[in-house]
Amino acid sequence: MSQVAVEAPPKGGFSFDLCRRNGMLSKKGVPPPSYRKTGTTIVGLIFQDGVILGADTRATEGPIVCDKNCEKIHYMAPNIYCCGAGTAADTEAVTDMVSSQLQLHRYHTGRESRVVTALTLLKSHLFKYQGHVQAALVLGGVDANGPHLHTIYPHGSTDTLPFATMGSGSLAAMSVFESKYREGLTKEEGIKLVCEAICSGIFNDLGSGSNVDVCVITKGQKEYLRNHQLPNPRTYVSSKRFSFPKKTEVLLTRITPLKEMVEVIGGGDIMEE
Amino acid sequence: MSIFEYNGSALIAMVGKNCFAIASDRRLGVQLQTIATDFQRIYKVHDRLFLGLSGLATDAQTLYQRLVFRHKLYQLREERDMKPETFASLVSAILYEKRFGPYFCQPVIAGLGDEDKPFICTMDSIGAKELAKDFVVAGTASESLYGACESMFRPDMEPEDLFETISQALLSSVDRDCLSGWGGHVYVVTPTEVKERILKGRMD
Repeated sequence: MSQVAVEAPPKGGFSFDLCRRNGMLSKKGVPPPSYRKTGTTIVGLIFQDGVILGADTRATEGPIVCDKNCEKIHYMAPNIYCCGAGTAADTEAVTDMVSSQLQLHRYHTGRESRVVTALTLLKSHLFKYQGHVQAALVLGGVDANGPHLHTIYPHGSTDTLPFATMGSGSLAAMSVFESKYREGLTKEEGIKLVCEAICSGIFNDLGSGSNVDVCVITKGQKEYLRNHQLPNPRTYVSSKRFSFPKKTEVLLTRITPLKEMVEVIGGGDIMEE
Repeated sequence: MSIFEYNGSALIAMVGKNCFAIASDRRLGVQLQTIATDFQRIYKVHDRLFLGLSGLATDAQTLYQRLVFRHKLYQLREERDMKPETFASLVSAILYEKRFGPYFCQPVIAGLGDEDKPFICTMDSIGAKELAKDFVVAGTASESLYGACESMFRPDMEPEDLFETISQALLSSVDRDCLSGWGGHVYVVTPTEVKERILKGRMD
């Protein structure tokens, strides 16, 4: 109790103090809440000079589409990116956390991050939480040892593959890869195949939808093609603007003027330190 | 019944031209019984940054107190206000900390950033950020709010136009939700002023 009285910003780690109350609620028959998910199609493949990652852009909460254009390809390091499927908060948090660990590691060693480093950090975190951190990932990057592609499951197991798919649309996407993937694809062929796989997820899996994001990583450079394809543009946009002939009834209006921002240019001594 | 439906709420934020609006309903209930009809769901963090909290009211108020505390610590240390993006990350981190025992609360954040660029954002109860360029919604009326906003919203509205749009979207949506309503509370924030209005709505 005394700790709560002088609550200081926490140093990190999860807090479990609401678990008892929430557990009591679910025992009384109140169902636990649903979280935002990325019921997703994410894919990756290795082509002749590197790795291509792809993702759709739909986020759902139960049957509701809550974001029609979200980003599922997360930055890990300048030469490593990671696609995330599962509970949105978990994929976001776990990739952010590992990406800052990698940044600190680069400051310490002064070398480019390796994909296996990211892989180990991710899988050890996920294994520690025994699948309760619901993140299914496709990790891709190019480092000193060439291109790498891995998939990571929520329980912490990993695969190393030449082509990979994850998420609810993984079966649709994998069927495209299984029939058309071959070794030594060119960049253009690779991007086309990735788009085709994502599109089969978008059109055949209800958890995936909207646009195609692609990320191409080659030795020393990367290309993030946000919304590379837009196969689902909005239909029925009203050309006329909505007008409200009867004004909304207002009971009370309070206007607070904001202070103007004053910029101090020169003048006065610059504070030391 | 989900715990999110215990008190009932409707929240919405919209972006206009160099301005934004954030609106909520005013009902506080315990399931179907109405407790208050002047409930405050939108809080001011600083002059140009507003926070709406939908969901379980007790958690909303606790969360608000923790956020104000953290914002004040930031102000003392940095001698400036938080940028909306920074504040959104703070809210997200505080929510994700309770990943396995969450606050039953869905926040909506709206603010004016550098060069008066409007910023709006919502999250689920464990801090998964959704950054939108047009509008965000939360609460028990969220499904009907999605529909109303999807058809009424237009990009680059002027403040007065934005007010009419957000008010009509809110009022028409809460009329299709038993758990929220009893009028509305709308803030329209421009670089020069904050206009706060209380709307008249149905009282059933």
